[in-house]
Amino acid sequence: MTLPNTLKSGPDASGKFGGFGGRYVAETLMPLILEVEAAYAAAKADPAFDAEWRRLLKHYVGRPSPLWFAERITAKCGGAKVYFKRDELNHTGAHKINAVLGQILLAKRMGKRRIIAETGAGQHGVATATACALFDLPCTVFMGATDVARQQPNVFRMKLLGAEVVAVESGAATLKDAMNEALRHWVANVEDTYYCIGTVAGPHPYPAMVRDFQSIIGEELRWQMMEAEGRLPDLLVAAIGGGSNAMGLFFPFLDDPDVQMHGVEAGGYGVETPNGHAASLSGGRPGVLHGNRTYLLQDEHGQILEGHSISAGLDYPGVGPEHSFLHEIGRVKYVNATDQEALDAFQLCSRLEGIIPALEPAHALAHVLRIAPTLSPETIIVMNMCGRGDKDIFAVAKHLGVEL
Amino acid sequence: MPSDRGAPEARSVNRPAGKGRIKARFAALKAEGRGALIPFLEAYDPDPKTSMDILRGMPGAGADLIEIGVPFSDPMADGPTIQLAGQRGLKAGATVAGALAMVRDFRGEDDATPVILMGYLNPILSYGAERFCTDAAASGVDGLIVVDMPPEEAEVLAPHCAREGLDIIRLIAPTSDAARLPVVLEASSGFVYYVAIAGITGTRSADPAALAAAIPPIRAKTALPIAIGFGIRTPAQAAHAAGVADGVVVASALIDTLAASLDEQGRARPDSVRRVLDQVRGLADAVRGARA
Repeated sequence: MTLPNTLKSGPDASGKFGGFGGRYVAETLMPLILEVEAAYAAAKADPAFDAEWRRLLKHYVGRPSPLWFAERITAKCGGAKVYFKRDELNHTGAHKINAVLGQILLAKRMGKRRIIAETGAGQHGVATATACALFDLPCTVFMGATDVARQQPNVFRMKLLGAEVVAVESGAATLKDAMNEALRHWVANVEDTYYCIGTVAGPHPYPAMVRDFQSIIGEELRWQMMEAEGRLPDLLVAAIGGGSNAMGLFFPFLDDPDVQMHGVEAGGYGVETPNGHAASLSGGRPGVLHGNRTYLLQDEHGQILEGHSISAGLDYPGVGPEHSFLHEIGRVKYVNATDQEALDAFQLCSRLEGIIPALEPAHALAHVLRIAPTLSPETIIVMNMCGRGDKDIFAVAKHLGVEL
Repeated sequence: MPSDRGAPEARSVNRPAGKGRIKARFAALKAEGRGALIPFLEAYDPDPKTSMDILRGMPGAGADLIEIGVPFSDPMADGPTIQLAGQRGLKAGATVAGALAMVRDFRGEDDATPVILMGYLNPILSYGAERFCTDAAASGVDGLIVVDMPPEEAEVLAPHCAREGLDIIRLIAPTSDAARLPVVLEASSGFVYYVAIAGITGTRSADPAALAAAIPPIRAKTALPIAIGFGIRTPAQAAHAAGVADGVVVASALIDTLAASLDEQGRARPDSVRRVLDQVRGLADAVRGARA
């Protein structure tokens, strides 16, 4: 039985967090996801599986990632103390690798011989291609044709790592369509293929499984903050696309009532702009897509909208179902930052801290820059620096009118 | 592992009961000694009038039941052919309400041919689950295939379907194992839709021997008629499938014909409707000859 006084017991047996999540998939997929669920439950209970995953995190990824006191950002804000959890220093440059390695180990345990993945900006695709190279598994990454065109460096990286990159032309040819295509491919290649999902979305057990693997972020932060300050932080801030880095940061603290949490969605041109943002929680409503019930960007007829963000990693029309749950019960506050605010934060962080952030955490930083000045110097904020900005320099240069 | 595959949730689902057109049609065909031809069309593809004309013409061309696709922006179980049909339909303004209106108009002249709507859950939820079931029944819809609503997630719709007499038709796949089969069958009514291939619509062809072997184990566990779909393209394939089961669904092959008939701007040509209906006629002739 689950304890009534914890927020960490979800999902229930049907994969639901409150009314969100679940297994809304075609019957052709049901046996597959039930197989993944059973295999993950067994792996989770196996100390050898955990030990191997942690060995990889330490010696291959470089964990624990440092906790950095961002002194110059703090001085600039003139309020709360701002720390960065440095997940951009992971091998492959983002938090994605944490859950990818867990899932590839699971796939091997299940006897699967091929890996497929979807990717938007390419970070999850690069992480998956990396792990597949290490484990000598064929890898196919589905990527919207629009994203292939605007993320050429990551496409080349995936190919260097030996992955096949399939440009998805269907629908709007972006991340949601890449996910549709990966699901279609999976159904047709059940026997030997494992689908490595990049975020805390999709059908149960993916939202819970990816969250569990990403929770390494918050677990490390707990003891690192005890070492640094002798107490827990007051506020956690993370960017939200599908929401995997945020779930990883937040989850270990859900039952600590004094720790507040803010998730920062992509405000694009502003959430008041119709279809001009990717803020599912601020500007969407509940529906069913990609196997789970969650907040979605959709029109009045239930057709899914594309959304917009300067960050290709955030312009997903849904959000992990656990975030929808945490939003409705009010445990996490969801806010947003616009393209312009993220661009400004991107540049400021580069100059003040010598850290070029990815555009995703630049959204989180934009929110930190707004609220830190309003808080007392005793307040401790930790922002998840979930990815580095190398992949974004071309997009940012274009927005700044610089030709590379 | 398989022992608790979703069975508790499935048991709580109200098993819907259709209002009779589907049951009556399969019973009549059984008496005739042949299987049913179930052609598919996508609502509003490529425009409301053309799809309505195809719908109206189908019974005369030999359709025994008709499946109408309700377009969705993200059809995760469909191959390129039906994806594109859905996109054309959406571009032409297709909505859930529009698809229901087509059935209502159709019922003005045909009260016997069962009509099944096939679609995804989100547009239905957006319309309102209860209101959708009420309006669908009132419009003359007989059954629903909601692709992304497995028995475990059916509570949102099933009680309303039961009340309105709408059948919930479910897919059984080659991947549905012995543990899964009873869960799906328990939550099915009208007929059972056997997916002939492990994959998405319209991409591969079904293997006749595999099909013949796949049906008896399902037959042993249900009294419902069984129709075969996915990967059935030619009259010969349709005749074979209708022979080993109780019916056959043909979708992508008909949409390919429609798509090939469109002009460069994607508009219907004068012979678009006739070409689709001629193909339905050819399939119907083959299905009717299958057990003769």
